[in-house]
Amino acid sequence: MIRYVLVRLGNGLFVLWAALTVSFLVLHLVPGDPVSVMLRGNGGEASSVDPAAADALRAELGLDRPVHEQYLDFVWRAARLDFGTSFTTGDEVRAVLGRSLGPTLELAAAALLLTLVLGVAAAVAGTLLPKAPLRSAVLSATVVGNAVPSFWTGIVLLQVFSFGLGWFPAYGAGDLGQLVLPAFALALPGIGTLAQVLSRSLRTALADPYVRTARAKGASRLRATTAHALRNAAIPAMTLFGLMVGGIVAGAVITETVFSRPGLGTLTANAIGGHDFPVIRALVFLAGALYVLVNLAVDLVYPKVDPRIVLRAA
Amino acid sequence: MVTETEVAGEATSTSGTGTGTGTVSKTGAARGWARRVGRRPGLLLAVLYLVLVLGWTVAPGLFAGQDPLFTDPASGLVPPGAEHWFGTDNLGRDIYARVVHGTRVSLVAGLLAVGLALAVGVLLGTLAGYLGGWLDQLLMRVVEVLVVIPGLLLSLAVVSILGFGTTNVAIAVGIAGIPNFARVVRAEVLRIRGSAYVRAAVAGGSRTPAILRRHVLPNASPPVLVLAALDVGGAVLSISALSFLGYGAAPPAPELGAMVSAGRDYLTTAWWVTTFPGLAIALVVLATSRVARALERTGVPS
Repeated sequence: MIRYVLVRLGNGLFVLWAALTVSFLVLHLVPGDPVSVMLRGNGGEASSVDPAAADALRAELGLDRPVHEQYLDFVWRAARLDFGTSFTTGDEVRAVLGRSLGPTLELAAAALLLTLVLGVAAAVAGTLLPKAPLRSAVLSATVVGNAVPSFWTGIVLLQVFSFGLGWFPAYGAGDLGQLVLPAFALALPGIGTLAQVLSRSLRTALADPYVRTARAKGASRLRATTAHALRNAAIPAMTLFGLMVGGIVAGAVITETVFSRPGLGTLTANAIGGHDFPVIRALVFLAGALYVLVNLAVDLVYPKVDPRIVLRAA
Repeated sequence: MVTETEVAGEATSTSGTGTGTGTVSKTGAARGWARRVGRRPGLLLAVLYLVLVLGWTVAPGLFAGQDPLFTDPASGLVPPGAEHWFGTDNLGRDIYARVVHGTRVSLVAGLLAVGLALAVGVLLGTLAGYLGGWLDQLLMRVVEVLVVIPGLLLSLAVVSILGFGTTNVAIAVGIAGIPNFARVVRAEVLRIRGSAYVRAAVAGGSRTPAILRRHVLPNASPPVLVLAALDVGGAVLSISALSFLGYGAAPPAPELGAMVSAGRDYLTTAWWVTTFPGLAIALVVLATSRVARALERTGVPS
């Protein structure tokens, strides 16, 4: 078990290092160096950049040193979670990330909770409802949830529930009421995917002999599903859930823009718009680390759900 | 009669029936497909809508009489009616015309993105799967690194490097799609490489390029093409998201995501400005994924 975790963490570190290296190389492959991009902003002419100012900035950012020296310095700093300073604001990237992390974690946690609860509920309803048209309506709804662009969902929710009914505040972050609409908009595509995969594996599990045994011993259809089949159908859904976490955090870029919430998403949107490469690299690193940790956690939970699964370090 | 099994299809079941379908005649397969479409109203609607969208793509002027760029501030924010089916935006531009042109842009960009992901994915997956060895190790490590970064974030990072614009957005979304294709193609190629007919071809002295062209690629293509079809909807969604965030074409150009974004200032007064473009995206995605799932179950009619 400990060996398994260590091997997986080692693999994860390797992948993160590779991701860092790629993001470093990419910056040096960009046509036109970042300094002139920074000085002329977006869309200006390269010729309008003052060479002296460019040199000064280049020296300040350490971009005038040999590439291998920059690379080693970059990796060494990244290992200590130091991603330098933002090109656009001059703030320390780590501090900026720290400030933005809270609201986004809150939003992502709420969205993941909604995904889990509503996804499982939709899958169970789509399998168990007494009438076939009802079942197919639930499953069709999950397909539609998958196809609707999340930025538009957010806008429709705003129109109906904030401006129309006045149930929830339209903008801002802080209290629970302000979390409901954005979390739902962010969760909707994932709810659809999770419900579809889970309902499919539920149907397979319900055809298994142990379900018939449970029913024969007097368990209701609902109990046979939730107590017996669901646990056996959970593994593919768990894998999917782990893979979705990164997507939900990335989806915050859109949701936070729609709902004007502060957070990592807004930070990302600004960083992309301003070609703020240190911030983008830190975000890529953060997303990668999240992916590695969440998927390791999911793998560690597998044997708890299905004791037949034995973890082995490859 | 819509059955529940047809709704729940999706994901990546790759039934390897590459050799088995050879007995069905071409016209027979096409006729079977037509029958299948006729029996399912949802699928029929999806196919009809895609035919309409193809019409919009080939000849937008035929379907939308008005110029999507023509501004007339005097008749701004007119609600949907006989003259402007979907109403007008704040500059008096006809939203129906802009949706027709915007859907065209979305579909073409989506196909470009999937085409790029497919081409590079097939190349990498085939090389890795067929040649194996250190090349396989290296390519799969690269793919692993790409998988770790969420697709949307990867696309955003690529766009920040390539610069803004519809084509760059499509390329960025395509790049984010490469790992998936590379993995599936590699798995298919691995399966086929071990088959008796490939070993027979090797023993018979065929050279590697010929084996790849005559045996491996044709047999690997059905599941990969289904994956490509399934991917179009997702690509359209990602492209419209990037367009919504403002990384697509510059303002006057009609792009669905950008239209939704621009309409955000009129949410309380003019619902139609955001509603129709948003609906257009959802319909394209629904229709393509509905048809793709039908292809997944029945196989690609060839």
